[in-house]
Amino acid sequence: MSEASPAKAYALHLGVIALLFALSFVLPEYHHGLLARIMVLAAFAMGYNMLFGYVGLLSLGHAMFFAAGLYGAGLAVIHLGWNVPLAFLAGIACGALLALAIGLLALRTNGVAFMIVTMMFAQVFYLVILYFAAWTGGDQGLVVPQPARVLSFGATSLDLTNPTVRYMSALALFSVVLLVTLAIVRSRYGRVLVAVRENEERTKMLGYDTFSNKLIAVVVSGTICAASGAAYALLFGYVGSSFASVQYSILPLLWVLLGGAATTLGALIGTVFMYYVIDIASGYTSAYLLIVGIALILLVLFFPKGILGTIRQRWLGWLP
Amino acid sequence: MAGRPEGGASRILLCLTMHFGPHLLLAALEGLVTSAVLALTALGLSLVFGVMRVVNVAHGEFFMLGAVLTWAISTAIPGHPTVGFLAALVIAPLIVGAIALVAERLVLRRLNYNPEATIVATIGMLYIIQQLALSFYGPEARPVEPPFSYRILLPWFGYSGYKLSIIAASALLLVLTWLVLTHTKIGLIMRATQYDSETAQAFGIPVDRVYAGVFSLGAMLAAVAAVLIVPISQAHYLMGQDPLLLSFIVVIIGGLGSLRGTVVAAVLIGLSDGIISVFFSPTLAKIIATLLVAMVLVFRPQGLFGTASR
Repeated sequence: MSEASPAKAYALHLGVIALLFALSFVLPEYHHGLLARIMVLAAFAMGYNMLFGYVGLLSLGHAMFFAAGLYGAGLAVIHLGWNVPLAFLAGIACGALLALAIGLLALRTNGVAFMIVTMMFAQVFYLVILYFAAWTGGDQGLVVPQPARVLSFGATSLDLTNPTVRYMSALALFSVVLLVTLAIVRSRYGRVLVAVRENEERTKMLGYDTFSNKLIAVVVSGTICAASGAAYALLFGYVGSSFASVQYSILPLLWVLLGGAATTLGALIGTVFMYYVIDIASGYTSAYLLIVGIALILLVLFFPKGILGTIRQRWLGWLP
Repeated sequence: MAGRPEGGASRILLCLTMHFGPHLLLAALEGLVTSAVLALTALGLSLVFGVMRVVNVAHGEFFMLGAVLTWAISTAIPGHPTVGFLAALVIAPLIVGAIALVAERLVLRRLNYNPEATIVATIGMLYIIQQLALSFYGPEARPVEPPFSYRILLPWFGYSGYKLSIIAASALLLVLTWLVLTHTKIGLIMRATQYDSETAQAFGIPVDRVYAGVFSLGAMLAAVAAVLIVPISQAHYLMGQDPLLLSFIVVIIGGLGSLRGTVVAAVLIGLSDGIISVFFSPTLAKIIATLLVAMVLVFRPQGLFGTASR
């Protein structure tokens, strides 16, 4: 973690965003749609990385924050008839509130107990969605109707079901989350988080209130994941309980581990890589969970720093 | 008109008192069968946590493997179902134990038993085992014939003799495990490792091999539990999920790594699981149980019966 000019880091991140923008015009239709989805999910992974990578808190329940955003936005549109911006904010608010409540409880534990407690709260959330099937559609899920997915400013209106609009909206979300993450990580607060990860007792001794710092991190992380979930509901028009299942708590962990924990761009790289591996593999076999399982084991065994983590260690020490 | 409803009510009350006793007995027996299987499964998880200080998320999959192997063995061996079942009772846990041993040597040992890396790796194992079971065994739920179908006639209803034998077999295995832990040298070595692995190592205990044995033993206990339960439920590739969750609950309530706490909690959970499911929908019962256990972990991490960790 050598000190580098902030210009270099920001240039790299803006370059990545520009590259994704340019890709919109050259990618064939199928990959265009896939990348839009990946960018939204990469925002989810970045939210997860905020907590796992920088604070060192391994949660096994982040699907509940993603699903809180997903359902918060989706149900607001379906049952309350709210417009897109309001529904998006509703989703984010749901995630932030949930993260605050979960943080207050779960942060009383640490290590393995924290993992199990977050997993159990997420399981409760998942079961609650199934229990209130009358409103949530249970395991069938609900479709957000197309007419409701239009963003209108006075006379002009943007149809979120249009592929280009969808891609650009996903890119906007991704860019905001990426730059916010970068800003947080480079700030004083980001350094405190890393200090907590490296040695919580010592950080406490230096006079930092580690509990409230961690709580803020949980809320920020949960809010980012909820934003991703809300965007997913509005852009892709489907709200389903499978997004709240354990599997969607494991996937961001896998993406972040693969890309490199505690690297700002690792979440994107891990998500792209894993998404394409599963996409290509599912052309040959339905056993894609096998690949997820093997990838998890190989990563923790031989590659615990992930792709970007290894690159940073070997060659580019200045990567944020 | 005025007397009628009252008379109806008293008749219902009479019916309740007449039938409530046998109902309660039936519910208690069913609950004890659940508890018996749960105690064995949870004991496996608890031993692994107690001695090795790692959480095995793939524990439920070892349970599922035991059930699936029981089906495979009992269909492969022709003749009376008892022969096939007894063969499965011996062979299935051995195979599952061997698989666990290989997994331990290849993965957990290399991770140096880092608690968090182990959880991630055992999640990977969970996916691998589940997917392989789906690929080779298929998505169907398949029945296994019980080794004997003797019905014990109670004054109110007949009850499967096999189910009662599950309770007996589980109790026997639990007592056996307790005797091994408290009265043999192997048990002493295990307890020493659990108490302080570094000092144990310094006294010449091969801690590394103890870990391998305990991990394998934990998986075998889950497999035995599955062999016992499969004739009255069915073998299915997703059947490991519920035992995993329930085992977590039992181990947490009972206090991590305590045999007595595990058994008490298993009986408590097994009995109340049946009774709660009578009054609430199964989903609501699961919501309440999971939330309660999460709260226990948050506010009383040493478990309800455990003592504060060192």
